[in-house]
Amino acid sequence: MLKRSLQARRARAAWLFLLPSLVLLTLVAAYPLLRTMQLSLYQASILDYPLRPVWVALANYAFLIQDAYWWLSVKNTVIFTVASVSLETLLGLGIAVLVNARFPLRGLMRTAMLIPWAIPTVVSAQMWRWMYNDVYGVINDILLRLGLIAKPVAWLAEPSLVLASIVAVDVWKTTPFMALLLLAGLQSIPKELYEAAHVDGATPWQQFRYVTLPLLKPALLVALVFRTLDALRVFDVVYVMSGTNPSTMSMSVYARQQLVDFGALGYGSALSTGIFFIIAIFTVIYLTVLRVEVD
Amino acid sequence: MPKGPKKFRLSRFLGQVAFYLLLLAVFAYLVFPFYWAVVSSLKSQQELFQTPVSYWPEKLRWQNYRDVFIMQPFGRNLLNSAVVAGLTTLLALAVGSFAAYALGRFRFAGKRPIYYGILAVSMFPQISVLGGMYVLIKALGLYNTWWALVFSYMIFTLPFTIWVLTSFVREIPAELEEAAYVDGAGPLQTLLWVLLPLMAPGLVTAGLLAFIGAWNEFLFALTFTVDDKARTVPVAIAFFSGASQFELPWAQIMAASVIVTVPLILLVLFFQQRIIAGLTAGAVKG
Repeated sequence: MLKRSLQARRARAAWLFLLPSLVLLTLVAAYPLLRTMQLSLYQASILDYPLRPVWVALANYAFLIQDAYWWLSVKNTVIFTVASVSLETLLGLGIAVLVNARFPLRGLMRTAMLIPWAIPTVVSAQMWRWMYNDVYGVINDILLRLGLIAKPVAWLAEPSLVLASIVAVDVWKTTPFMALLLLAGLQSIPKELYEAAHVDGATPWQQFRYVTLPLLKPALLVALVFRTLDALRVFDVVYVMSGTNPSTMSMSVYARQQLVDFGALGYGSALSTGIFFIIAIFTVIYLTVLRVEVD
Repeated sequence: MPKGPKKFRLSRFLGQVAFYLLLLAVFAYLVFPFYWAVVSSLKSQQELFQTPVSYWPEKLRWQNYRDVFIMQPFGRNLLNSAVVAGLTTLLALAVGSFAAYALGRFRFAGKRPIYYGILAVSMFPQISVLGGMYVLIKALGLYNTWWALVFSYMIFTLPFTIWVLTSFVREIPAELEEAAYVDGAGPLQTLLWVLLPLMAPGLVTAGLLAFIGAWNEFLFALTFTVDDKARTVPVAIAFFSGASQFELPWAQIMAASVIVTVPLILLVLFFQQRIIAGLTAGAVKG
């Protein structure tokens, strides 16, 4: 009897402790999300204050379905996501395996790995934009010196190269982060397993293939899903490197352009909602596949 | 027979050389862009726009660092960023530690859905709330103020803070708390006097990550500010303009980039272990 009342008291305290967070999250997440979804059913201009929304039902979505620019932005985002996430995973795995070995100055290497992660995306995009400069850029200079290109390349003007150039920036910025996550996974693999494999005469490749990879799978999967969700909403790097250029714009860049630059609050909200559902599907898959545990 | 070990030693030596060369290549790849920003920021306009490019400035010129504050409103941008990131961090920690205590220590009905809900919010793409958030910020009269950013940044800092802190709370031994209860302390007193001091490492980790996240944020800062009254550093750096539309002040952009990056690199140097612990707690433990 006493125990039960104590439990009830503790439950009440828990809810009280949660209350401020729940109120705040309702205000900054749930409400704006629902409001955006509601606005997607109206036509409204962001310049009007107060708003003068006109009910249009699903007209915005009907337009979205046949909006070539939207599908172009979806295509760009998918290419960006697949290319950057797969390159980051492969490179990240390589770096993690490399850094997992014992060597002097390992701490310095770890710090170096955190630098690209810590630099604001906008700043790294600007740094790379300057390095990509067709006349005065260091990348052309290095490639010319190495004889890999015959004449300077306009990395950010050549339509066939812009998206790849942007992917390269994202790969630079995010690979070390991926490597750190995988490194944590590598370090949790018991050393005895490698010793046993060694005794059994396994080659380094076999050790990697049959010991490292299977045991790293959970960490790899988490890192992969995280990066995918992140890449699908990419905004900063694309916006800074090539603005709203249709040949590279991501879904987020296009939605913000409609919403803010064109002031189309209704249609922009429909685009935002579309992005939300695309990412929500991935999130649900993530939560079920990985079965995140509470206790 | 004597040939075997020698050959083995040679291949081992070559392997070592390859290993260190590879490490060096990775290191160069990681730090070169930052090195290049530093070098470019120390060059004169002439030197910057000459070919072939030089890999070290003729003479270290600090003029660009002065120009950033004279020719651009960069001082104000830095102040805005510092205040916004600082307030965001404090608010997220203050609110989040209560929630983390509840989620990490208490058993109650509805805990699981709450936990999943918070987790789900942390995955919200910011763009999906942009329209609603814009309208809300206008209605609250926060547009183009620090508060617009502090408020909207809760969407990504608070869930992450709660998440990291919860994993720290769970690792604190329960005996300490029980001792406090036996002494007649209520849940609030236990949190404030027993748990909070023990959570200090977690607070530092979560705070650092919240600060870095807020300091680097771009989309909301771009959308909810119009001028330098509240404009933060990332937006300012994206918009730096020169004498004409076609002539970007690259030296100044690089100087500003170095200025905002140095504090972050120092943070990373000092708190490396904590940051990695926080990131992996967030990502691997889920």
